[in-house]
Amino acid sequence: MKGAHMSSTNSFTTTDPVPGPRRGPDPTAFLDVRDLRIHFPTDDGLVKAVDGISFTLERGRTLGIVGESGSGKSVTSLGILGLHQREHARVGGEVWLDGEELISASPERVRQLRGQRMAMIFQDPLTAMHPYFTVGAQIVEAYRVHHRVSKAVARKRAVDLLGRVGIPQPAKRVDDYPHQFSGGMRQRAMIAMALVNNPDLLIADEPTTALDVTVQAQILDLIRDLQEEFGSAVLMITHDLGVVAELADDILVMYGGRCVEEGSAQTLFRRPEHPYAWGLLGSMPRVDRENRDRLIPIKGTPPSLINLPSGCAFHPRCPYQGRDGIPCRTEVPSLAQGSDHGVACHIAPAERRRIFAEDIAPAL
Amino acid sequence: MAPAGGRPMDVINYILRRVLTSVVLMIIISMVTFGVFFMVPKLAGTNPAELYVGKQATPADVAATARKLGLDQPVTVQYARFVKGLVAGRDFDDGPNKTHCDAPCFGYSFRNDRPVWPLLLDRLPVTISLAIGAAIIWLIGGVLAGVISALRRGGALDRTVMVLALAGVSLPIYFTGLLAQLVFVHTLHWLPGGEYVNFADDPAGWAGKLFLGWVTLALLYAATYARLTRAQMLETVGEDYIRTARAKGLRERTVIAKHVMRSVLTPIVTIFGLDIGSLLGGAILTESVFGLPGIGRLSIDAVNTKDLPVVLGVTLFGALFIVLANFIVDLLYAVIDPRVRLG
Ligand SMILES: Nc1ncnc2c1ncn2[C@@H]1O[C@H](COP(=O)(O)OP(=O)(O)OP(=O)(O)O)[C@@H](O)[C@H]1O
Ligand code: SF4
Ligand SMILES: [Mg+2]
Repeated sequence: MKGAHMSSTNSFTTTDPVPGPRRGPDPTAFLDVRDLRIHFPTDDGLVKAVDGISFTLERGRTLGIVGESGSGKSVTSLGILGLHQREHARVGGEVWLDGEELISASPERVRQLRGQRMAMIFQDPLTAMHPYFTVGAQIVEAYRVHHRVSKAVARKRAVDLLGRVGIPQPAKRVDDYPHQFSGGMRQRAMIAMALVNNPDLLIADEPTTALDVTVQAQILDLIRDLQEEFGSAVLMITHDLGVVAELADDILVMYGGRCVEEGSAQTLFRRPEHPYAWGLLGSMPRVDRENRDRLIPIKGTPPSLINLPSGCAFHPRCPYQGRDGIPCRTEVPSLAQGSDHGVACHIAPAERRRIFAEDIAPAL
Repeated sequence: MAPAGGRPMDVINYILRRVLTSVVLMIIISMVTFGVFFMVPKLAGTNPAELYVGKQATPADVAATARKLGLDQPVTVQYARFVKGLVAGRDFDDGPNKTHCDAPCFGYSFRNDRPVWPLLLDRLPVTISLAIGAAIIWLIGGVLAGVISALRRGGALDRTVMVLALAGVSLPIYFTGLLAQLVFVHTLHWLPGGEYVNFADDPAGWAGKLFLGWVTLALLYAATYARLTRAQMLETVGEDYIRTARAKGLRERTVIAKHVMRSVLTPIVTIFGLDIGSLLGGAILTESVFGLPGIGRLSIDAVNTKDLPVVLGVTLFGALFIVLANFIVDLLYAVIDPRVRLG
């Protein structure tokens, strides 16, 4: 299974002979996340925001993480960057970045890697930039934390990058404050800031949700182009399947802090097998869809992360729950590898494919 | 796309607008104050001129004084003369003995037989010494306490600071001031009693005499600053842009000292300017507790001796102080918050 993307998710199968994280780093994987668990003790109870997520990602490749609001996508990405405060979060599992484990590494070591080898583009470019510092100053700062260069050199680099991400007159705009940029420009500036140190891993957490549709497409194009140019690994986080369908090589679908389906983007888009993925697909506007007003939102609400439903966490919302006597309410389905991808559902693989082909696909 | 906020024209426009608002505000305040001081004796059923002459004055004396001061004129005329005096100086005319009052003429104190403005100027250094010393102490002390409190949120230190802060705002100056004086001056003899001395004559004596005043007055304000700083820090720490700062790989102390403090500073500067403006009130009490011959004492004495021109002068001067402080805060704010200039 080594070398294949997301191979390590196999460690979840109950039949796996060796329990828990136990292997050394996967030498072929650039980013190898294993059984990541991020829990927040709160007054109301333990919030299991991420509860055993595993995947691998290579340089030059893009992995899309998809899921509804509150499924744990941002918590996962902040966990990789080591941005959860130790007093507030219990972080378990392993994150291997280029052969180095980060969860057990010292905070100082992770800080050195942050911004340098792994960088992040945040969801809302208005709130994610400091309102009182110029855009240039913020990029210069990001560069100078990790490079011992003069302000002038760093500024040149900032101007250079602002130009590269498509900001007109970068030498002039570098001294503007974030509020003087439009939303799309701000997101470009965020991207410039994230790329200033040539990171090997770029995490984009819903980089386009705050933007209007035309700007969205431009930003996604930009990320794709830059990825080709810089050769970074990209983790694209979104609740929009359309975004990952365009950009990602692989897709991981999250539900209630767990992975319910994962595989190549093509497979997941053309032949999804998990009822939740069907729901996502059905609720998504598609350009190629014949009948555009037949968007069917997934019924019900996202689960409580404090009291996750027993068995399959999706069961209260799943139309196939309990069919043919499958133990949806009592047993957690493991993320078993099907023919070409992993699906955590009790319905037999052949039956899932039949349902999709006969009932779901025609309605899309 | 918003216009560039830092352009010189925008800045000049902004300043001009603020100057205009301040001037208009000052005019309104002076009218209202003047009107009030015109009405007060009337409501009390006394001829205002009686306040300017001794108890055993004859009605003829009172009438003469009224004429000399123009108190027999309608309020509008009196106000116009007052404004003219502020701008160009004026004469109080009583036939042969003409009394001149240079601009800015805030009125003439016949009790002191001097114009009000030099009286104010005489006392100003004391009040300013008191205010600046106290302001430095409360600004540094309050902000520092707030920062420590926020960084140690929920801990023993945080709770101690917040209890002290509560005590600071709720204890009146008369209490803390007199207690401090009793302990440090009269019991422990750590600090000198006696008269106020000028900084130029005896710096140590000057500081020693002012010290308790500084601390007492600072205590009243420091508490507010500690609480504000703490609240502001706790709010800022949760901002997205602080997470961004961490995501860049900045050291935690840079994140706090630069990114968090930069945001905390903004409201602190605002309230600081407003407090400096309204400081006169606190200064009056403090000066009277510690026997400091500043503007506060001047006004208390003036009230006691019914020296109306001085009371009016101090009031207007205080208002001017507040308006000026507001104006400076607005300017500072534009420097501190780049988004303001667009407004
Ligand atoms: N510090 C925290 N303490 C307690 N709960 C938290 C904390 N951070 C996140 N959570 C909870 O974890 C859950 C997952 O949050 P997360 O931000 O990862 O969702 P998401 O998938 O990114 O959603 P969205 O699409 O809305 O961004 C949410 O229910 C959130 O309330
Ligand atoms: S396991 Fe059961 S409830 Fe869960 S998705 Fe499959 S059919 Fe639905
Ligand atoms: Mg999120």
